Amino acid sequence: MADKIISESSEWSFPLLERFDREIARLAHDEYGLDTYANQIEVISSEQMIDAYSSVGLPINYHHWSFGKQFVATEQTYRRGHMGLAYEIVINSDPCIAYLMEENSLPMQALVIAHACYGHNSFFKGNYLFRTWTSADAIIDYLVFARHYIAECEERYGDEEVELLLDSCHALMNYGVDRYKRPSPLSMAEEQKRQREREAYLQSQVNDLWRTLPVGRDPADGGVAEHRFPAEPQENLLYFIEKNAPLLEPWQREIVRIVRKIGQYFYPQRQTQVMNEGWATFWHYTLLNRLYDKGLVGDGFMIEMLQSHTNVVYQPAFDSPHYSGINPYALGFAMMTDIRRICEQPTDEDRHWFPDIVGQDWQAVLDFAMRNFKDESFIAQYLSPKLMRDFHLFAVRDDDLEETLEITAIHDEDGYRRLRQNLAEQYNLGTREPNLQVYDVDVRGDRSLTLRHFRHNRRPLGETVDDMLRHIRRLWGFDVRLEAVDELGRVHLLGEA
Amino acid sequence: MSHFIDRRLGSKNKSTVNRQRFLKRYKSQLKRAVSDAVNRRSITDMEGGEQVGIPSRDISEPTFQHGQGGRRDMVHPGNREFEAGDRVQRPEGGGSGSGSGQGRASKDGRGEDDFVFQLSREEFLDLLFDDLELPNLVRNQLLGATEFKTVRAGYTTDGSPSNIDVVRSLKGAIGRRTALGAPHRRRVRELEAALEQLLADGVAETDARVVALREEIDRLKSRIAALPFIDTFDLRYQSFTRQPEPTSKAVMLCIMDVSGSMDQLRKNLAKRFFILLYLFLQRNYDRIDVVFIRHHTIAQEVDEQEFFYSRETGGTVVSSALNLAYEVISERYASGSWNIYAAQASDGDNWDSDSSICRELLINRLMPLMRYYAYVEITPRQHQSLWYAYQDVKAAHPHFAMEAIDGAEDIYPVFRELFRRQDA
Repeated sequence: MADKIISESSEWSFPLLERFDREIARLAHDEYGLDTYANQIEVISSEQMIDAYSSVGLPINYHHWSFGKQFVATEQTYRRGHMGLAYEIVINSDPCIAYLMEENSLPMQALVIAHACYGHNSFFKGNYLFRTWTSADAIIDYLVFARHYIAECEERYGDEEVELLLDSCHALMNYGVDRYKRPSPLSMAEEQKRQREREAYLQSQVNDLWRTLPVGRDPADGGVAEHRFPAEPQENLLYFIEKNAPLLEPWQREIVRIVRKIGQYFYPQRQTQVMNEGWATFWHYTLLNRLYDKGLVGDGFMIEMLQSHTNVVYQPAFDSPHYSGINPYALGFAMMTDIRRICEQPTDEDRHWFPDIVGQDWQAVLDFAMRNFKDESFIAQYLSPKLMRDFHLFAVRDDDLEETLEITAIHDEDGYRRLRQNLAEQYNLGTREPNLQVYDVDVRGDRSLTLRHFRHNRRPLGETVDDMLRHIRRLWGFDVRLEAVDELGRVHLLGEA
Repeated sequence: MSHFIDRRLGSKNKSTVNRQRFLKRYKSQLKRAVSDAVNRRSITDMEGGEQVGIPSRDISEPTFQHGQGGRRDMVHPGNREFEAGDRVQRPEGGGSGSGSGQGRASKDGRGEDDFVFQLSREEFLDLLFDDLELPNLVRNQLLGATEFKTVRAGYTTDGSPSNIDVVRSLKGAIGRRTALGAPHRRRVRELEAALEQLLADGVAETDARVVALREEIDRLKSRIAALPFIDTFDLRYQSFTRQPEPTSKAVMLCIMDVSGSMDQLRKNLAKRFFILLYLFLQRNYDRIDVVFIRHHTIAQEVDEQEFFYSRETGGTVVSSALNLAYEVISERYASGSWNIYAAQASDGDNWDSDSSICRELLINRLMPLMRYYAYVEITPRQHQSLWYAYQDVKAAHPHFAMEAIDGAEDIYPVFRELFRRQDA
């Protein structure tokens, strides 16, 4: 049996990596039926990893000081040894690009290949959010287009001008997403072709909106009915600004659009942290254990891999100094493993809670879960009482009208449903981020823009409001007002810029 | 299916542009941090890179966030003793955590944590000496074309044997031999073909035609062999020419008062000033000589150690140092190819009658030789006669500068003031 072992050494080499990749691919595709994009595995040095880190994990990006800041911060913590670099960065593209760090040992490289190139990769290809919101085959091209375009703008209009615009756009990046409509696919060739047409068209649309001559008003109308613009509140602030801001130049609209598109690209990632990491962790664990079962790797390999795995899925308790919220790797991995357990070795409790999946083929069940959920719904659907007990979960209500915090549910019979609902809600982007909408534009008057914040559970906006209003004002070009609407529908003014 | 690429040799420093932009954007904050750092630094490592911090608040990138207040339901792991319905005190600082992984930064963000990072030596000095320039540098560049540098200038056909370029020469020899031997070789080939033809036709070895052909072939072959392997004609020599170069060397005279009134603290202040000046000159000149002159009633040239650390007592006669400086310059740096700078630090105490001598010395003898002369007076007290005498010098020579320093925090600003870029 020992002679089947691929390598006992901890030094990696390209032939060894290829060998591991082949074995893991065979398992992943043939035995477990994972459907992946082709892999492009790039070996890089740690400095290059820091580079990759600082452009939000994208292999190519436009220039901006904030990436420099990120770079400086990463470099600093890395140098001081406060932080190991992530083992890998993987990019949702087709082919799926994964970075391996040169400094890692062979077992770690194998772990990363299993984790990123087969775990994340199949998630990117299968999950409905990624399928809907991102175009894996076009993102790299689009980034190339964006980088060129912005570089050209910098040349023509000056670094500073572009930087200010990007600052404001970045601030609103999370509010540049269409939540319910599938974006049209991206492609560089088409982008470039269409960009010119779009420029002209957009400007004509804007001009129309701001036409100062009255459009021949229907006299029957009596000229009284004032229509609000926009007719419906808009939640995609960047889109609204791109299409309607009165003073933006065509190139500025294009840059707003670029930031919006990149925000859109990250939108699924922000909603599937637990699932995505859980899925990838589950698969590196499963695949490497299978390699071990087949005698392809030795004990030393497994110990190194398990040590690293254990660190990744460590969940400190709420009162630990290391606690910083629930570790998505830990929760995701536990849930994926638990689903398999429920399929294979259900208890009576599971039969009661998950009648649909008990005794089913675990691969099919997991595959279905991976494809059709996001964190919020995944937790609401699959978090089992056993896991809540394992994690010792409890729910706390923090109400500023009360003197003390209230423990509203713990891991017992009465608490399971509430706990599960609360945790799912915690991953709902809709509640995590303040709900802001474009409410009104004073089209005929001072052109001011009114935003409304719809408060949920009386939670106010943070201290950044004033800065944010200044950013929006810069984009809009005229006064911007922010109003808050409380639960009773009362409206009051929060700020103006 | 999978494709491996080795990118390790690919471009590093992809983030350089972004890093530079970051530094540029926060230049004013960084400058402040750098000047703080200079004051804090120990004098011996004045020129390394530096860890600087700027307030995180200044560089934050805002997004819309939830603030404190309202009602929040959070789920946490690790319950031990809580039961549903329990009431617990709010933890101090509202730190009961941020399950969503977002709230934390803003919650604890009250702290004035600095965003700390490392500047390289270059970046540090760039910021430190940003907007500063050496006064009168233009004049210096016009003046200084007195040095020559030897540079390669192709090949020549004669020169000294030590400059023979062997490869070039042998290449030439091969070419010459090929060219000169070519007609003979062609003829040999023709004759050999004819000979072969004759022999093939059955002509006897002793036939006159055969013998004649053989003789002719041998004759030609010996002609070819006689071509010299190498000829003086082939020799190539590396050629060098001398190019005039603007000189870029400077001498810095550090003149310090070490009389009893200059205590260790003041000497440290002076030293900081000298070091800043040294670093600054170093960025502008390839080579810098430093001359240390210390004085009380008499002046002497000393080494660095003695300059800064030994202590003397006694009265003060500044002119002794100026005289010595003049001597040193005329002895060693008189050639005109030297850019001469001087910095003098003193607490301003001087024999009354000496101050006017100093004035004359400076105005008439030293200042015409100097690029720039900076005088710093380290005293919290009233200025004395020397200060007023120097004011006359300043009036006579615009490249004389003087400033007063109270404490360490003044040094860098004063330095900046002395070397501020003078816009035309």
